[in-house]
Amino acid sequence: MILEGKKALVTGASRGIGREVALELARQGADVAINYAGSESKANEVVSEIKALGRKAFAIQCDVANSESVTSMIKEVVEQFGRVDILVNNAGITRDNLLMRMKEEEWDSVINTNLKGVFLCTKAVTRQMMKQRSGRIINMASIVGVSGNAGQANYVAAKAGVIGLTKTTAKELASRGITVNAIAPGFISTDMTGELPEDVQKAMLDQIPLARFGDPKDIAAVTSFLASDASKYMTGQTLHVDGGMVM
Amino acid sequence: MADVLERVTKIVVDRLNVEESEVKLEASFKEDLGADSLDVVELVMEFEDEFDMEISDDDAEKIATVGDAVNYIKSTM
Repeated sequence: MILEGKKALVTGASRGIGREVALELARQGADVAINYAGSESKANEVVSEIKALGRKAFAIQCDVANSESVTSMIKEVVEQFGRVDILVNNAGITRDNLLMRMKEEEWDSVINTNLKGVFLCTKAVTRQMMKQRSGRIINMASIVGVSGNAGQANYVAAKAGVIGLTKTTAKELASRGITVNAIAPGFISTDMTGELPEDVQKAMLDQIPLARFGDPKDIAAVTSFLASDASKYMTGQTLHVDGGMVM
Repeated sequence: MADVLERVTKIVVDRLNVEESEVKLEASFKEDLGADSLDVVELVMEFEDEFDMEISDDDAEKIATVGDAVNYIKSTM
């Protein structure tokens, strides 16, 4: 166990990658706060699984795009756990459309959740981490934030923004013992990617040198590495966990 | 007044590793006391905890000297 005694908050942890990340952090010894936006029952399932591992966990509802509710979420986590060692900014949504068809509302909602949400959660948790003189912030970007992707102008812009935000936050907080890194997952099998048509999935598979889609566990393993002491000399980096899709 | 100044001075001495005699009302955190931008952010956070108050980002940006901090804190008491 590489995260014994650590206290973590994972946003968007009720499903998909976030769920697996939360479980892996707990398997590695961390207590984990499970943030969710709408799926309360799914979040409670994750909490139960973590408690079964002998770790502490609780579910906390919060729209990460809302600054007031983010501030009170972080306060709640600090009250329950006493500190926050690890923040995983994972909450994200998609509203795919061609640029020429994309509605302003589709642009705004994805930017607000996927980019502004990372800013707000980071800002709120930094207050606590600066006092502690230590902390690990891990941002879930996406490989399309590096490569671009037709039909995802909003999502790609947000994820590329997350990569830039990661680098800047890393530079600002390094002197306080806080590291900030990003993970850029490739094509990972989750509810979100399951919605894509089969021919699109086939075309993507052809571009992956390791010749399979990723599993949420692949992302969770790298997240727990970035949350641990093993990565203490890394900051501002974006790790591609994509089977070699983008090099 | 003296009490606020004393408590502010103690925080500044601890945080910035300066001598108590350097912490004058007109002393600027950045120019005179060797603070960087992040140190000032941290000082404001410590004032908030010490005096059990919230200082908005807008107000925090106006706090440049020891006197600014003392006056701001007094104005909210």
